[in-house]
Amino acid sequence: MSKPKVAFYWCASCGGCEETVVDLAEDILGVVEKVEIVLWPVAMDFKYKDIEAMADGSIVATFLNGAIRSTEQAAMARLLRRKSRYMIAYGTCAHLGGIPGLANQYSREQILRFNYEESPSVVNEGGVRPRVRTEEGGHELELPELHEGVRALDQVVEVDYYVPGCPPTPNLTRAAVGALLEGRLPGRGSVLAPDVALCSECPRRESKPVDLAFSGFVRPHQKLLDPGKCFLAQGVVCMGPGTRAGCGGQCIGGNMPCTGCFGPTTRVKDQGAKMLSSLCSNVGPKEEAGIDEVLKGIPDPVGTFYRYGLAKSLLRRKKNV
Amino acid sequence: MNEAAQKAFNAGNLAANAAVRARRREVSIDPITRLEGHGKIDIFLDERGEVERAYFQVPELRGFEVFALGRPAEEMPQITSRICGVCPTAHHMASVKCLDHLYGVEVASAGRKIRELVYHAFMLEDHALHVYVLGGPDFIVGPEAPAAERNIVGVIGKVGVEVGKKVIGMRRRLRELIAYFGGKVVHPVLGLPGGVSKGLAKEDLGRFQALAKEGVEFAQFTLQVFKDLVLKNPEYVKLITGEAYTHRTCYMGMVDERNKVNFYDGQLRVVDVEGKELMKFPAERYLEYVAEHVEPWSYMKFTYLKPLGWKGFVEGPGTSIYSVAPLARLNASEGFTTPLAQRAYDEYFTVLGGKPVHHTLANHYARVVEMVYAAERMVELLNDPEITSSEVRRVPTGVPREGVGVVEAPRGTLFHHYRTDERGVITMANMIVATANNAARIAMSVDRAAKGLIHGGKVTEGLLNKVEMAFRAYDPCLGCATHALPGHLPLELRLYNHHHQLVDIIRRD
Repeated sequence: MSKPKVAFYWCASCGGCEETVVDLAEDILGVVEKVEIVLWPVAMDFKYKDIEAMADGSIVATFLNGAIRSTEQAAMARLLRRKSRYMIAYGTCAHLGGIPGLANQYSREQILRFNYEESPSVVNEGGVRPRVRTEEGGHELELPELHEGVRALDQVVEVDYYVPGCPPTPNLTRAAVGALLEGRLPGRGSVLAPDVALCSECPRRESKPVDLAFSGFVRPHQKLLDPGKCFLAQGVVCMGPGTRAGCGGQCIGGNMPCTGCFGPTTRVKDQGAKMLSSLCSNVGPKEEAGIDEVLKGIPDPVGTFYRYGLAKSLLRRKKNV
Repeated sequence: MNEAAQKAFNAGNLAANAAVRARRREVSIDPITRLEGHGKIDIFLDERGEVERAYFQVPELRGFEVFALGRPAEEMPQITSRICGVCPTAHHMASVKCLDHLYGVEVASAGRKIRELVYHAFMLEDHALHVYVLGGPDFIVGPEAPAAERNIVGVIGKVGVEVGKKVIGMRRRLRELIAYFGGKVVHPVLGLPGGVSKGLAKEDLGRFQALAKEGVEFAQFTLQVFKDLVLKNPEYVKLITGEAYTHRTCYMGMVDERNKVNFYDGQLRVVDVEGKELMKFPAERYLEYVAEHVEPWSYMKFTYLKPLGWKGFVEGPGTSIYSVAPLARLNASEGFTTPLAQRAYDEYFTVLGGKPVHHTLANHYARVVEMVYAAERMVELLNDPEITSSEVRRVPTGVPREGVGVVEAPRGTLFHHYRTDERGVITMANMIVATANNAARIAMSVDRAAKGLIHGGKVTEGLLNKVEMAFRAYDPCLGCATHALPGHLPLELRLYNHHHQLVDIIRRD
């Protein structure tokens, strides 16, 4: 019997998800024995045309990481969707848009203007910008156009499963690959991680106050952080209550608060809105001036509550006029 | 000449030109594999099938500098690490050093040592990744080997499963050290202005000391593998020192007060094509020394030495193009502070014929020499009694305004520069990443390799791989280089004929 075919692909991503696959460490040798990897750009040489030539549905699973930003990425996602029985959004960017999704707060024009004109290190008196078509010395050169907006994978193609995390942990990855090879998969559309809030597996959960009343928020650099006490109890914003468990509280283990990369549980529609409402309902002062004073400790609500999920959130993106 | 004759002459001329153009061809490699990020190479051939020019293009741009606006500065080490998941620790450290400067806070001594420890563990594992997985397959398996074997699996086939396990195991343990302090290995969270969030518990010291010691042995083992498989093979040595892979440019690297290589802190030193010191400056004055040039055919900007001005893609005496990364660091310094690395440094220049070394592929060798230093430095740091101190952070009290932070990333010098309002909220962020510092030289290397290797319009897979090798040697991180929109980047090589018709596309992915 031939081995099941698996593909890894990356779109708008940083490569961290790929590193996690490599971090399966010794296990990767076991995985390599059990499956046939037909596409893995970061580590192996393959050609697109080989994928195009494959029969539809002949890849058992494609693990696609990264958000979708360009037409080329969207086309590749569609091709792999067609060739694969299961399309798995791997990592936060494919799942929710990820940190690159924060770019949806700004326009393409702003990005181009800063990069090629306003940046203090740029010397560009002629105002040259990269162009879709350039002719130089008789050579015509093309660049893909940049698209407005960053999308999560399921905003482009149907997704069967999600492996959350920025990046996902090797454990979750191993479990996902195992479930796939052994056909032990949950309902289609599931996120392959526990459906409870991070607080439930947090080593500091004992010190989480039942009744929170914030008289002010402290930013992590503003005081020495107690390595054993719930961050919320220290007045530091921690996304744990609005974030899915499964990472084992890694950032907490590094003595820093959760920033929400696993996204919400199924009971929450919008991670940012959920955290915002839960924190705001616990603000001590009840009059406007007092509330404003407390919220000064959160100078960037979008970046704090929608750090990873802006592309998939109710806010989506800035409208470009 | 009468009007009719003039017309006929012009028409003939046009036809002749068109005919010449029709026979010209163009090659394109897309996408580039085994590097981080995505790239594209267009090769234009003339009527004889010789290369007119090869362009190395970066087809993506991200928006980190713009979407950093409005973010609290202390979040930048975590936000900017997402520029690159392969070298997140480099961005994290450059960013947190930028915060130290921004807040004018002196870093707690033990905190600085922990940062350095994490950083050297990262340099060692990242270099090992390149040697065994990303760049090494070209040499270990061979540049002409079939594509399906030129990868980590092929490497394991060549050096044996035991060695493969050793490599993977060593990387795993080094990455566990990073995760111990950073919470996560990919996108660590330890950095805060004034120090780190977490210290080293005394009971864990022993196992990390043992790891560092093994790291030194592992680095020396890798150096030996490199000598045996590469330096003892005359074909490879010929390839490394050949003109197709040689450029005479300036070099930049960070050095300590004795001009020894330093990955974490120091001044930036630039040497010219003869290896003489041309500039030396502290990080915060980077805008006086480096500038970025824009070309309309790539989203990547091209960095050059500002006092010399942009002179185009030219090399030799007077060039304003400089290079960074291992080759450059060894050229721009006067050695290492640790004994085994110093010995390897001396041997490196002896083998390659003295300073400076202009052979791009020597980056692979220099990278292995740096592995020895990274491991030795880990041992030093772990033997320092202060490493287990619990005083790892000072809370900043100054008013934030502007900061610059620089580290030597595995792929070269990395600059972060932020301005904030008085609350420490970002009003300007500028970053020059290692690969951007190398962009101009990479573009030249691709052009040179194509010209040196492709003749008579004959393009084989092995040849294309050798063109790719010209830039894989830099371990270019195009994810980093396009930090400006979310990006990806394998390589596409397109061959165009002289009519500018696309005759072949070789995409690897």
